[in-house]
Amino acid sequence: MDLPFLYETFLSLVAAVPLTLQLAASAIGLGAFLALGLALCRLSGILPLDWFARAYIFAFRGTPLLVQIFLIYYGLGQFREVRHSMFWVVLRDPYWCAVIALMLNTAAYSAEIIRGGLLSVPFGQIEAARACGMSRFMTFRRIALPLAIRQALPGYSNEMISMVKATSLASIITIMEVTGVAAKLISETYRAIEVFVVAGAIYLAINFILTRLVALAEYQLSPHLRQPAALPSTSTGAAR
Amino acid sequence: MNQPTILDLIGTGPNGWGMALAAATIMTVLIAIAGFAIGAVIGVFGAWAKVSGGWVTRGIAGFYTTVLRGIPDLLVIYLFYFGGSAAVTAIGRLFGAEGFIGFPGFLAGALAVGITSGAQQTEVFRGAYRAVHSGELEAAIACGMSRSLRFRRILAPLTLRHAIPGMGNVWQVVLKESALVSVTGVVELLRQSQIGAGSTGLPFDFYVIAAAIYLAISTVSGGLLQLSEKRFTRGVRRG
Repeated sequence: MDLPFLYETFLSLVAAVPLTLQLAASAIGLGAFLALGLALCRLSGILPLDWFARAYIFAFRGTPLLVQIFLIYYGLGQFREVRHSMFWVVLRDPYWCAVIALMLNTAAYSAEIIRGGLLSVPFGQIEAARACGMSRFMTFRRIALPLAIRQALPGYSNEMISMVKATSLASIITIMEVTGVAAKLISETYRAIEVFVVAGAIYLAINFILTRLVALAEYQLSPHLRQPAALPSTSTGAAR
Repeated sequence: MNQPTILDLIGTGPNGWGMALAAATIMTVLIAIAGFAIGAVIGVFGAWAKVSGGWVTRGIAGFYTTVLRGIPDLLVIYLFYFGGSAAVTAIGRLFGAEGFIGFPGFLAGALAVGITSGAQQTEVFRGAYRAVHSGELEAAIACGMSRSLRFRRILAPLTLRHAIPGMGNVWQVVLKESALVSVTGVVELLRQSQIGAGSTGLPFDFYVIAAAIYLAISTVSGGLLQLSEKRFTRGVRRG
């Protein structure tokens, strides 16, 4: 076991962790809004919106993420109109292309998760909100969405983990996040196993912390499912 | 200059890449099938270890599924490709070969995809085994079936029935993962599109074609999986 080499590898890989986290966080954060929009399109009952969302989800779930990244990073540059438009500042930057591709991809998967969550809200809750005189928007904001988020959280945490793993594909379009640095180290030193072990441990640690955070959020969001804290005991209190 | 249209590109004419793309599509399917098959074998043994192993085998299987589901597939492909090349070079040196020997990309890709999908299939098979009613196994024992007969006639078909939907999910993941094998230089669909994009200067057209072919493969294989699910559940009474 070559500990100094492992330590050095660890140091250079850890330096790339912020970039990996940044990619994952921006993709998940932006993707969540898009996913909510798509889920609402699916549930709107308006046919054109419904079909648009269906087609989007079908296309993005049916093709490899790497193809989507290439399509955005290399493909769009083919058109003179794109190269001369104001979007070119964003689209020629590999970082933003990776964020856009990851965001569009995760939105397709998350939309179905969120749709499932929204469908799982019992109608009685909506009915009760209406009976209280809440408007449609307020019912959605105060009742349907929070309950849906609680329901969708376990499925959504899977999607978040696969997004953290998917950020590794950004290394193929020259972004030096953890996998990018690892690939560079492997091709420089040809010590694939050592580098792999260190990089793998870093990803595992990130994903472990992520699952713990989601579990914490789940706990916070479901006070109604917990055993109530033991009431001040009533049997012994009878002495009063 | 007259730019070829998408139809020219997928045709077999002078500007056509049709044959090359067809060969690459077959390569993609082959990688996916090989990876899926390796994963299925690993999955069966992994599930066996988790279900009926002692604490050592259970620990190993648990470690394997946790690790392989928690790290990116691309990293595993790099490990097999570069690690395999290093190992082959070292072995080659023992036999007096000189210089660097590359590990075959197809083998590295199929193994890497197989080992990552094996972790997922372990969980699929374990869940499917748990879904088999113990009454069915008891009935088989009561009929006097031996252990191997019980496995072959009762346990394996019933587990497979419950496993098919999950295996379908894994297959779709494997198919998309096969695109990552392009980093090893195997000329599968994505690599062929990169080559085409590079030599014609039409990356958008080529990646759209690749995306359409991936969609077609996943749609067709999804339909086949649904058919097989129907066949394997034909003995289930509904409603």
